[in-house]
Amino acid sequence: MQIVFAITLALLCAAGLVIVIRLVRGPTTLDRILAVDVLVVLIVGGTAVGMAIQQDGSNIALLAAVALLGFIGSMAAVRLVEKKGTHR
Amino acid sequence: MSVGDVISAVLLIGGAVFCLLGALGVLWFPDVTARLQAATKPQTLGLIMLLVGTAIQLDFLYGSGLIMVAMFQMITAPVISQMVGRVAYRTGAMRKESLVVDELGERLAREEGTGKSG
Repeated sequence: MQIVFAITLALLCAAGLVIVIRLVRGPTTLDRILAVDVLVVLIVGGTAVGMAIQQDGSNIALLAAVALLGFIGSMAAVRLVEKKGTHR
Repeated sequence: MSVGDVISAVLLIGGAVFCLLGALGVLWFPDVTARLQAATKPQTLGLIMLLVGTAIQLDFLYGSGLIMVAMFQMITAPVISQMVGRVAYRTGAMRKESLVVDELGERLAREEGTGKSG
């Protein structure tokens, strides 16, 4: 089972690296918002796998809080882009 | 490894592969809306597979919290996708010539003609 956890975390890390490339490049602000949103989801998934490794579920509140913060942050940033009227 | 471990392993690795594929799609696709379509995969299916795989590993007690996180993600991911798509259309971040059908553009043009503001 340890091998499965290691493979899962390695795949999630690779996905995070790919997302960070898009975050740095991203021609428009919307691309960056999208990349940060996916990155938050990867962090939530990685934390869940960490909970499975430790066999301890007391971090579930952390998962809910991070998902909530990601949602509110992305929504605020998108509304800001809409208000400004430009995407650069 | 028990049966639960096997199911959990399949779900965990499948979810992680989904996350990686979604990330690669976000990197490779040419347009904001196309990237949006790729970004929604890890946000819903990938995360839910990871959470279910974790829930099998943990005690039964913690399953409810993980289901709550999954439901929350299923509610919020389409909202953000819709907002990003809408803002991408209205601020001109996407290539409109790549659209096959553009009903929003027709409607916006019609409402501009009648003086209503959308």
